Formats: sequence, C-alpha cells, structure tokens
Amino acid sequence: MINRQRLETFAEPFIEWMIRLCGISAIIFVFGIFFFVFREGADFFFHKLDLVEFFTSPEWYPTSVSHKRYGVLALIAGTASVTLLAMAIAVPFGLGAAIFVSEFCSPKLKEAFKIIIELLAAIPSVVWGFIGLTIMNELIIDLFKAPIGLTVLNGGIILALMSVPIIVSIGEDALKAVPDSYREAAEALGATRWQVVYRVLLPAAKNGLLAAVLLGVARAIGETMAVLMATGHAVKIPHSLLDSVRTLTATIAAELGEAPVHSEHYQVLFLIGVLLFSITFVVNLTADLIVKGIRQE
Amino acid sequence: MISLSERPAGANSNLFLETPFDRKKRRTQSVAKGLFLLMTLLMVIPLILIIVYLFYKAFPVLSLDFLFTNPTNGMRAGGIWAAFLGTIYLVMISLLVSAPIGVLAAVYLNEYAKENWLTRIINLAVVNLAGVPSIVHALFGVGAFVLFAGMGRSILAASLTLAIMTLPVIIAATKEALGAVPMAFREACWNVGATRWQTIRRIVLPNSISGILTGIILQVSRAAGETAPIMFTGAVFYKAISEGDVFAYGLFDQCMALSMHLFTISTQVPGVPEALPYGTAVVLLGTVLVVNTFSIVLRIYLRLRKKW
Repeated sequence: MINRQRLETFAEPFIEWMIRLCGISAIIFVFGIFFFVFREGADFFFHKLDLVEFFTSPEWYPTSVSHKRYGVLALIAGTASVTLLAMAIAVPFGLGAAIFVSEFCSPKLKEAFKIIIELLAAIPSVVWGFIGLTIMNELIIDLFKAPIGLTVLNGGIILALMSVPIIVSIGEDALKAVPDSYREAAEALGATRWQVVYRVLLPAAKNGLLAAVLLGVARAIGETMAVLMATGHAVKIPHSLLDSVRTLTATIAAELGEAPVHSEHYQVLFLIGVLLFSITFVVNLTADLIVKGIRQE
Repeated sequence: MISLSERPAGANSNLFLETPFDRKKRRTQSVAKGLFLLMTLLMVIPLILIIVYLFYKAFPVLSLDFLFTNPTNGMRAGGIWAAFLGTIYLVMISLLVSAPIGVLAAVYLNEYAKENWLTRIINLAVVNLAGVPSIVHALFGVGAFVLFAGMGRSILAASLTLAIMTLPVIIAATKEALGAVPMAFREACWNVGATRWQTIRRIVLPNSISGILTGIILQVSRAAGETAPIMFTGAVFYKAISEGDVFAYGLFDQCMALSMHLFTISTQVPGVPEALPYGTAVVLLGTVLVVNTFSIVLRIYLRLRKKW
C-alpha cells in the first residue's frame, strides 16, 4: 500500500506534464498543419510565384509542355459559385428549420428532429458525392434537358444539404441562448409566437445566427469529395448554373496523385492548400469572435 | 407594439372581440409556422427518400458474401472485404492515437486550465482544427507523415492524419462530459486529502466515462467516412489480401478503404455493374448511421439514469 502511494506521488508530476502537453496539442497541430503544408510549397512561393498572375489569371494549365500557367481565378470562381448557391439555399432553410425546431415544436418532435439532423450531419461526404453523381445527375439532365448534370447546380444543392445540419444545430443553440424572460415579456404584451421570433428573438440572437451561417460557409468552402464528384471537371469561370466547374479543393484532390513529388505543379497544389487553410481560418476565427462577443454581453 | 389605440374606434369596442388586426396577426402566425414546418420537412423528407432509393438500388448485391469476398475482375465484380478491413484498421489505429490525446486535452481544459489567454488560444485552436478542410489535412499528412517522417504511404500515415482530423470531436465530447460532473464531487475528494490527479482518476473520469465513450463513438463514425485525408497518405485503389484473414494488413502496408473504394468504382473504373457502387455506398452509410445511432441511444440512456 505504501509503495503504491509512493509510486503515485512520483507519477503525478509526470502525468500532469503529459496532460499539459496534450492540452496545448491543438495549438501545435494547427501550427503544424500550416508549417508542413507551407513547407512543401515554400520553394515555389519564394522564387517563382507571381502573386498577381496567381490570383487574376483564369488560366490553369499546370501540365502544359510549352508554357505552364498557374492562375487560380477560375478555381476560386468555382468555389465561390458553388458556395454562394449552397448558401442561398441552406441559409433560409437552415435558419427556418432552426427557428421551427427551437420555437414552434413540441418537445418530443424537437428531440426527433434533432436526432435526424445529427444523422444528416454524419453522412460521409463521399456518399453525398455519390448521390450527386448518380441521383442528382439524372434528375438535372431530365429536368433541365442539360447535356450533363454535373454542374454548379448539382454541387450547390449537395453542399446545401451538407451545410444545413451545421446551420440548424448552431442556429438552434443561438436561439436557445436567448433568455426565456425575453419570450415571456413579449408574450405578456400579447405578441404571437411569430411576432416574438421576428421582433425579439431574431434581433437578440443575430450574432449567433451569423456565426452559424459563417460555419456553414466554412464547411462549404472546405468540402472536397462531394464537389469533386458532383461538379464535373471544367476549369472555367461559370456563366450559368448549368455550367461545370472545378473548386480549389477538388483541384488538389484530382491532381495531387498525378503531380510528381516536389515538381512545380505539386508545390502550387500545396500553395492552394495554404490559401484554403487561410480562408477557413479567417472565417472560423470571425465566427468564434462573434460568438464570444455574445457571451461577454 | 400592440396598443389599444390601434383598434378601430367606435364600432363595437368589446375588448375581447377579434379585430381585423388580431385576425391578421393570427393568420401571419399560422402562415409563419406552416412555412417553417415546410422548410424543415423539405430538408428531411428528400433525405429519407434518397436513403430508401440507395437501399433499393443496392438490394441485388447486399448479402454477407458481399462483405466477406474480395473485389474481383478489376473491381467489376465480387465484394468489398479488402476495403472493409482497411477501414477497420484505419479507424482503430487513428482511435488509439486520438482518444488518449483528446481525452487528456479535455482534462487539461476542464480541470487545469485557468481563465487566461492560453486557454482562450487553445479553445480557438480546437475550433480551427475542426474547421480545417479535409483536403488540407491530406496535404498535411503528405508533408508531415509521408515525406518528413518518412513513413511513406502507409496505414500508419493515413491513421495519424485521420487521428489529428478527428481530435476536436473527442475533445468537445469529453469536455462536455467532464463539465457535467458536479464541482461538489471534486471538492469532497480534495477535502479527504486527494491530489488533483487522484481526484481526476478516481472521481471525475469514472463519473464521465460514458460521455467520453459517446465522443469516441462519434470519432469512429467520422473517421470511417472520410476519404480526402487518406487518399494520398495510405489508401490505394486496389490491394489483394487473403479473404477471412483479419491480420492481413501491416502498419506500413497500403490498404483499401470503403470510402475510397466507393470513390474509385463510381468515378475511376469504367463498366462497373450499377449495383456495386450502390452496395458499397449502403454499407458505408449503414456503418456510419448505425454507429451514430448507437451513440445517440447511449446518450439518451445516460440522460435518463443520471443521478445528480
């Protein structure tokens, strides 16, 4: 018994040291991700990259023999078009569903919807991509008489379905965070539920709802497999919803396997990774600051 | 907002009679409620239809044989054994790495961390780690594990990539479970002379183990479904292993994976019979949904028998 106690006394500083190390592991990993991804592309970044061309040229010809060109404008346009469409669908539906689940539901129904939404969030992105590739593809060809169904529209709808669970669950949290006394005060004045939602809850929860939307945007920008499979492979700036596009994420996924290690092409793909990391970092940071802002109020 | 002066003056000024204003108010209310219900249902119903349709299409191939035989004829026939086993390997090894780190990180955040800038930054890092796109995790895996650490494309490299990606899931769930243990439990333990770590080991962890388990189960479902992070770090299109041998893969082998297999046979291999990718999709989706349902049931059960 005494030995065991002594052992524990000796072990404790070691264990506490381990706990502290694991505690800061998340910071280490975030820096590690940036460091290692940037490290692979650093050579190209410091010596050959023309930032203006990189961001303003729609010409992405990384494997051309005579004149390789690395312009990501078309890819950014691809990501932007799919994300915008996804948000145009997911934001009203997601916030509508969040309001319904939070304010208009009986407790049992609410529980059921929350479970369904949680399961919806669990569907792997490659399965979403497969749904886009098969079911949505046929639907779009039939409905719009389009030659191919792998388009902005397809990718946007799939991404919307993927972002909705995030928007609903975080939006619902934001509405739940509004004190009940607000609701009671408004109802005591004779307001209907809708009036309570529109005049009291939405203004009070607007920061949280904004954060929910931002996290949905971050998810849509970062999604890879679903857009790789559902948007076709056309590196061009889309002019209509029925154009095929390619996003930043899909480009990395499609080309990394073929680019020779440490070639220029390979390094540019890592730089696109750095770009994606920076975009989602800023979006997530903003969402987090907004949420923290509410808590301090 | 609603004042008496808005009622039509004169007429029949009974306070309890419904005025046009009240009627409009009531109508807006029911329209709004109906609209929100419609929006929610529009999200849920197509999804259920899609899942039913997937099962319907996959029906011809679904059998135990499908699960336990290898793909044959250039992946145009046969089952998914090699991919299924590969996914199990990837999930288990990533779990072995991320569970201890994630749980200890949550212990730090909940039991040790003070309200200061470091804690704030750690929380921010966890949120951001969860938000990093999966393909960027893949690039990190290639840069750090495959090339820098010299693991090559292997199960180990892919599992480590998955482990880091799914870490936030475990941290978030564990933090919640630890936070639910009442402070009085800890204080009682400190008062009889226990140290901080003794309290955590004997009181806090045993009382939150089921909540931690929920997080670990969610990690399993998340890791099983991911494709992008393993594509370039260890998963391959095709690898022959012997059927029925559960130790067929080694740590430094490459492996097949369910998610990758679905991607391959639906986009890269021409002439695959239609039911095969549907079957693979259903097995993958089924696995993930069953694991998640298990986690949800566990959580509801815990909430019901909570003692404090």
